[in-house]
Amino acid sequence: MRLHQEILLTRYILRRILQGIPLLLIISFVLFILMMNMGDPVATMGGRRVTRSADYQRLKRQLGLDKPIEVQYIYWLIGNDWTKVDMDGDGVAETPGTRHGVLRGDFGTSLVNRGTAVLQVIGERIPNTLILMLASEAVVIFGALLVGVYSALRQYSFLDHAITALSFIGYSMPIFFIALLSMYVFGVMFKRWGLPFLPTIGMFDPQVGSSIWQVIYHMILPVVSMSVVSLASYSRYIRSTMLEVMNQDYIRTAKSKGLTRHTVIYIHALKNASLPIATVIGLDLPFLLGGAVITERIFAWPGMGRLFLDHVSRADTPVVMGILMLVAVAVVVFQIITDVIYAWLDPRIRYD
Amino acid sequence: MPGWIPVSVTIDPGLYNMEPSTSIIPSLTPDDLETPPIGLGQLAWRRFRRHRPAIFGVIVLVLLFLYAFSGGFFFTEKYANFTDTSRRLLSPSAAHPFGTDTIGRDVLARSIYGGQISLLIGLTAVTVETILGILVGALAGYYGGVIDSVLMRITEAMLNIPEIFLLIVMAKFFGGKIPEVAILGRSYSGSVVVIVVIIGLTSWMYLARIVRAEFLSLKENEFVLAARATGTKNLDIIFRHILPNSIAPIIVSATLGVANAILAEAYISFLGLGVQPPTATWGNMLDGANNYLDTAPWLWFFPGLLILLTVLSINFLGDGLRDALDPRSRAV
Repeated sequence: MRLHQEILLTRYILRRILQGIPLLLIISFVLFILMMNMGDPVATMGGRRVTRSADYQRLKRQLGLDKPIEVQYIYWLIGNDWTKVDMDGDGVAETPGTRHGVLRGDFGTSLVNRGTAVLQVIGERIPNTLILMLASEAVVIFGALLVGVYSALRQYSFLDHAITALSFIGYSMPIFFIALLSMYVFGVMFKRWGLPFLPTIGMFDPQVGSSIWQVIYHMILPVVSMSVVSLASYSRYIRSTMLEVMNQDYIRTAKSKGLTRHTVIYIHALKNASLPIATVIGLDLPFLLGGAVITERIFAWPGMGRLFLDHVSRADTPVVMGILMLVAVAVVVFQIITDVIYAWLDPRIRYD
Repeated sequence: MPGWIPVSVTIDPGLYNMEPSTSIIPSLTPDDLETPPIGLGQLAWRRFRRHRPAIFGVIVLVLLFLYAFSGGFFFTEKYANFTDTSRRLLSPSAAHPFGTDTIGRDVLARSIYGGQISLLIGLTAVTVETILGILVGALAGYYGGVIDSVLMRITEAMLNIPEIFLLIVMAKFFGGKIPEVAILGRSYSGSVVVIVVIIGLTSWMYLARIVRAEFLSLKENEFVLAARATGTKNLDIIFRHILPNSIAPIIVSATLGVANAILAEAYISFLGLGVQPPTATWGNMLDGANNYLDTAPWLWFFPGLLILLTVLSINFLGDGLRDALDPRSRAV
C-alpha cells in the first residue's frame, strides 16, 4: 500500500516535470524574441566604443548576432558545436561552434563582462539575493503566524480591527514607498536625533569590511521593505484559515475532551491550518524575486535583481535570459515541491 | 440586470398590532402583501453601504480624482513642466507647498498632472486587461478541448515569470517606438500608451482563470442548453448569455486590477523604464528620488503617499464590492 503510494507519487512528479518542459520552452522562446529589441549589445559593450564598422561586423559575427533570430535561439538552446559558423566574414562557415546550449547547462557568456560565463556572473549574485529572500520569508512566516493567529483568536477585538486596518495599508504599500520611508526614518532621522541609526546602502561598510554582523546590520531595512506586503496578506490569510479551522467539529471535540486551550490552538488548530498556508508560501516564494528587483535597486544591494536591471539596460541577452530562466525554473520546481509537501502533510491527497 | 430575485414575503408588523375592534381589516390584494422585489443591484448596494472601509475608499477616491482633475484649474500643465534650475530642490513653502524637484519644477503641480496620468493609466490598462482576460477565459472555458489547453498553457507560461520582470522586458521591447500622442489638445509622451499596453498584456492571467472557471460551471446550466436549442450562435451565448451571469467576479477583479495597474506603472516608472518626462506620473516623479533621500524627502514623500492612498482605497472598494456582489465569498 505504502509502496503503491510512492509509485503513484513518483509518477505524478515525473508527469509534472514532463508538463513543465514544454512550458519552459514556450517561455524561453517568447522571452528570447522579446530580448531582440533590447538595444544593440555591441554598441554598449564593455563601455568601449567600437569605432570601425569592420570591427563592429566582426564582433557581431563572433557573438553570433548576425544570424536570424530563430537560429540564435537554437544556438542558445542546444548550442552550435554540431555545426560550423562563419567567423571571418567570407560567407563560408568554417569554424566549428563552441557553445553547448542551455539544455546542456551552458548559458553562454556575458556580453558586458566579456568572456565571463553567465552562470558565474549570476552565481556570484545569487547568495546575496537568497539571504535577503530567506530572511524576509522567515520574518513573513513568523510574523504572519503571530499576527494571524492572535487576531483570529481575538476576532472583532480592538486589536483585531487595528491589525485588519494595518494589514490593508501594508498590503497596499508600494515597496519603494515603505523602503524610502523606513530609510528616511531609521537612517536619516535617527542619525539626526543622535540615535543609533541603520545603514541604508550596500551590504557592508567598506571602511569596516565585510563580516556577518555587517551584512545582518545592513539587511534589516531591505528585509523589512520586502516583507511588508507579504506579511500583511499572509496574516489576513492565516487569520481567515484559523477562523475556519476553529469552527470545525474536531476542535469542538478537542475542547470538550478537556484539552488545554494551548494544546487545542497550537496542536489541533494550527496544524490543520498550516496546510493551506504552506501551499501559499510555497507558490509565492519564487515571486519574492520580483520584490527583490525594486528593493535591491533602492538599497544598492548587489543581488540578482540589480544584476537584472544593470544587464537589461545594456542589452546583455545571455545574462538576462539566464536570470529569467532561473526564475521560471524556480517557479515550476516550487510548484512541484509544494504539491509533494501538500501530499506529505495531508494523507488524504491521492495522486491517481 | 438579468432577472429579479424574489425576496421572501414580509408582512408589515403594523398589521398585527392593530386592534380588530377599532379597525377594519383592510382587504389586501396579493400585490400589497408582497414587498416589491429587490433587484440584485439594490441588494448589492445595501450590503455595500454597510461596508465602512469601502465607503471610506469611495470617498478618498472621489477626493483623489477631484485633486487630480480639478487641480488643472489652478495650475497649467506648462507650469507643471516648467523648469527653472535657479529654484531647484526648494523645500516646501507657501509658493511651493510640496517643494520643487531637481530641475526646479513644482512638485504640487506635477503631482496633480501626474495623478491624472497615473489614474488614467490605471483605468485604461485595466480595460485592456479585462478585455484580454475575458476573451481568453471565455473562449477557453466555453470551447474547452484544444483551445482550452493552448490558452491555458499560455496563461500558465505568463504566470511563471514574476510580473515585474515581464514589465521590464516589455518596456524595453516596446520602448521609444511611439512618438508623442495628442489627446484632447494635450500631448503626452508616447510611452503612456506603451505602458498601458504592457500593463494590460502582463496582468490578464488571473482574470482569465476566474472567467474560465465561471464559464466552466455556467455552461452546464439549462439556460445555455435552451439558448443552444433555439439555435443561438456561440458568440451570442458567450457574450449575451453566460458573460452577464459571471459579471460579479469580473467587476471585483477589475477593480482590484486598477490598484495593481497603478502600482505596476509606479514600479516601472520608478525604475526609469516607464512614462518618460516631461509627462509626469506619480511613478516617474519618484525616479531618482532615493538619491535625495536625506536632502529632499518631499520629492518622494508626496507622490508615494498619493500612490499609497489610491491603492489603499481601491483595495477597500474592491473588498466591499466582493462582499456586496458575492456574499458567499468571505475571502481576505
